[in-house]
Amino acid sequence: MNLILFTFIVLLGFTSYYFGRKKAYSIQSTKKRLTALPQFYGYYLAIWCAIPAFIIFSLWAIFEPTIVKLLILSDYSNQGYLDDELNLIYEKTKALSRGQFTGEITPFIKASAEKYLSLRSIAQSSKAVIVLSIIIASVAYAYKRISSNSRTREPVEKFLNAVLFTASLAAILTTVGIVFSLIFQTIDFFKVIPLFDFVFGTHWYPAKAFVRDSSEALDPSMYSDTFGAIPIFAGTFFIAFIAMCVAIPIGLMSGIYLAEYASVKVRQYAKPLIEILAGIPTVVYGFFAALTVGPFLKELGTSMGLEVSAESALAAGGVMGIMIIPFISSLSDDVITSVPQSLRDGSYAMGATKSETIKRVIFPAALPGIVGSILLGVSRAIGETMIVVMASGLAANLTLNPLESTSTITAQIVVILIGDQAFGDPKTQAAFALGMSLFLVTLCLNIVALRVVKKYREKYE
Amino acid sequence: MNKNKEQLLNKRYKAEKRFRLFGQSAIFMALLFLTIFIFKIFSTGYSAFQKTWLIVPVNFDAELMMLDENPTKQDIEDADYYEIALQSMWNLDLNANEDQQNQLKRMVSYFFEREIKQELLKDPNLLGKTKEVYLTASDDLDQVFKGNYPRDLPEDQRRVSDYQLKNFDQLVANGKVESKFNISFFTNADSREAELAGIASSFMGSIFSILVCLMIAFPVAVLAAIYLEEFAPKNRFTDFIEVNINNLAAVPSIVFGLLGLGVLLALFQLPRSTPLVGGITLSLMTLPTIIIAARASLKAVPPSIREAALAMGASRMQTTMHHTVPLSMPGTLSGTIIGLAQALGETAPLILIGMVAFVNTIPGSPMDPAASLPVQIYIWAESAERGFVEKVSACIMVLLGFLIIMNLFAQIIRHKFEKKWS
Repeated sequence: MNLILFTFIVLLGFTSYYFGRKKAYSIQSTKKRLTALPQFYGYYLAIWCAIPAFIIFSLWAIFEPTIVKLLILSDYSNQGYLDDELNLIYEKTKALSRGQFTGEITPFIKASAEKYLSLRSIAQSSKAVIVLSIIIASVAYAYKRISSNSRTREPVEKFLNAVLFTASLAAILTTVGIVFSLIFQTIDFFKVIPLFDFVFGTHWYPAKAFVRDSSEALDPSMYSDTFGAIPIFAGTFFIAFIAMCVAIPIGLMSGIYLAEYASVKVRQYAKPLIEILAGIPTVVYGFFAALTVGPFLKELGTSMGLEVSAESALAAGGVMGIMIIPFISSLSDDVITSVPQSLRDGSYAMGATKSETIKRVIFPAALPGIVGSILLGVSRAIGETMIVVMASGLAANLTLNPLESTSTITAQIVVILIGDQAFGDPKTQAAFALGMSLFLVTLCLNIVALRVVKKYREKYE
Repeated sequence: MNKNKEQLLNKRYKAEKRFRLFGQSAIFMALLFLTIFIFKIFSTGYSAFQKTWLIVPVNFDAELMMLDENPTKQDIEDADYYEIALQSMWNLDLNANEDQQNQLKRMVSYFFEREIKQELLKDPNLLGKTKEVYLTASDDLDQVFKGNYPRDLPEDQRRVSDYQLKNFDQLVANGKVESKFNISFFTNADSREAELAGIASSFMGSIFSILVCLMIAFPVAVLAAIYLEEFAPKNRFTDFIEVNINNLAAVPSIVFGLLGLGVLLALFQLPRSTPLVGGITLSLMTLPTIIIAARASLKAVPPSIREAALAMGASRMQTTMHHTVPLSMPGTLSGTIIGLAQALGETAPLILIGMVAFVNTIPGSPMDPAASLPVQIYIWAESAERGFVEKVSACIMVLLGFLIIMNLFAQIIRHKFEKKWS
């Protein structure tokens, strides 16, 4: 129904474009000068069609469900139901009207469902009538208004400019959305769990916070010593540290080699090949870590008389390191290539060998950029999810032994939120609080890293 | 003195060589990881493209199927196939006791009844006759036949009993076991049984999510890039937008999952587990990637083009829409495809919005619950059964194939259509 209406409106838009242009041509044929190209008259009319349609559609989408709900629930208003019960009745009604209801069908609900369907169809048809009549009226009004000296290009371009501007707000809206989705749950969480317990507690055991009965009062003492995030934070940074131990030497040395030593041919093939590593989905790395690297390390450890967990931090961190190699190598390659040739020439002129030049001249000059790239790599490692979920443990151990299993922020978020979630439960809120801390940490790292890289670029440009 | 100098020089040359070697070995290591990786995936995954069939004679006994002399098509449709299916498996060993009969039954998938029915529906004349029918082997026997399952384990640690193995070997010796291309891997939806599980549902889920993602992210990103690059005044606010975009590009993907959960599911009440929500979440994630690519290619269009258009009397909007944007399209498109390839491989946000649910139907629209290819990899990788290991690898191969094709496509667009300004 909506789709038909939408198609119809689009067709109307095209027709009004056509009429606008036609009118422009007819004005032209009377030897009057137009103030804009004929198609602008068409666009002008089409905009007069699109804007009212958009406004009515959005208003309808906002108000229709509320009004329908009010009308349906007005039948129940005098029977002393609680708000929650009324909501449940409404949900049941909707489910029944969609034919997805799988419970006992009471005559009340059946009547409501029928009423719901009839209300919906009334709403739909009245929407169609209202939208179409308003559109036709507005287009007709605009059509009458355009004459030889009316301005059409300026409003059309202003409209386009507004559309472009709105689109550019999408990035801000997304950030706002992220903060918005995280902050309320986080605040609720810290109402139950003191911030101090979360940040300095050493015991993380969210399974203890079972789903409560909603009628039961919230008892904060029940959750004491449950949501201490220290083991999670420690595990996150520990695994990131292992990853960087793999990624920094290999990534940095490959970057240096590609920028300074490699022949054009080697560079042409090796660079994209290494970058493939960045394009492989992380779930694939996770599978690789869990199925190949983990058992391999375990076997290796057993043969050396060490006890290695099959889900060791080493396996997850090592594989994560492989994933980060290309980020560091590409960025440091870029950074090193942008160091001016004059610095190299100066160093060679003093008799330095290539490696001495790199170590003593180029590396210090490129250091800010390299640090920036490493920070971006760390931010990747902290935010990486699938490798940890699949290859590292899910129980939060506070340990510094890379052969034992640990857990991370991201893994805990997934563990808590996989399957059904009950909003309003401290356990679910804990995941959002973890998400908030993850967002803040990576945000700081990113801002610092981007600023460092930008400063560096400006220095040599 | 001179000797000393020479020694020092030698030392420096050695250091030079060493440094160079470090560089080479770093490259070598990175490429080695890549090779091991690809090799491992392919060596475990290729066998999933084959499927093992047992060829078993089936007696289409009308009496056992409770059919009359001349059954209509509907009768055949409704008949009871379980008995004849059981009988045909039991006939493999006439002396089997009850336990062994059970084991015989478990040599094929639980789907065997339906496979026999299909055979009769294809050719109703078979009624009352005996015909050899291809039945899907159970995933354990499938693995045994492919050599992925160690036969020398003690019996109590194996999921295949000695008795089943004996009968299976008998069938192999008689040439009644065949391996054919595994079509059902591509046409079946997910299943709890490894031998029947396929990627059709998750594949469609991925396609729908990517389409939704493309339809939202591409227009918004291109319009935003045009505004920022061509029209935006240089002020605090545009700087702020710019910082925002750069930060969003580096926000961990799981945070976008939380956004989808908190805003799209909880606030807007969109249906859970659907590619629609997945696509919207992914589009927010790809938005900065496409904006950055589109801005770079708009920036690469030389100012002379704009100046020429403006000099001919075009307005700024006309200059942009008629000249700058079309010229920047190849770069924008290839950036978009790369962004979509990233989105295609994304797992964590989709898990959070519930696309990890077990779905055994093939979704027909973005509003139906579905998984996606990477999520399917995750689901199968978490399953304990041995048969799923090769399925995971095969699914990875399909996913990587798509990513390679998309990236190649992006390269081709870039090289073929992009103008080089110099």
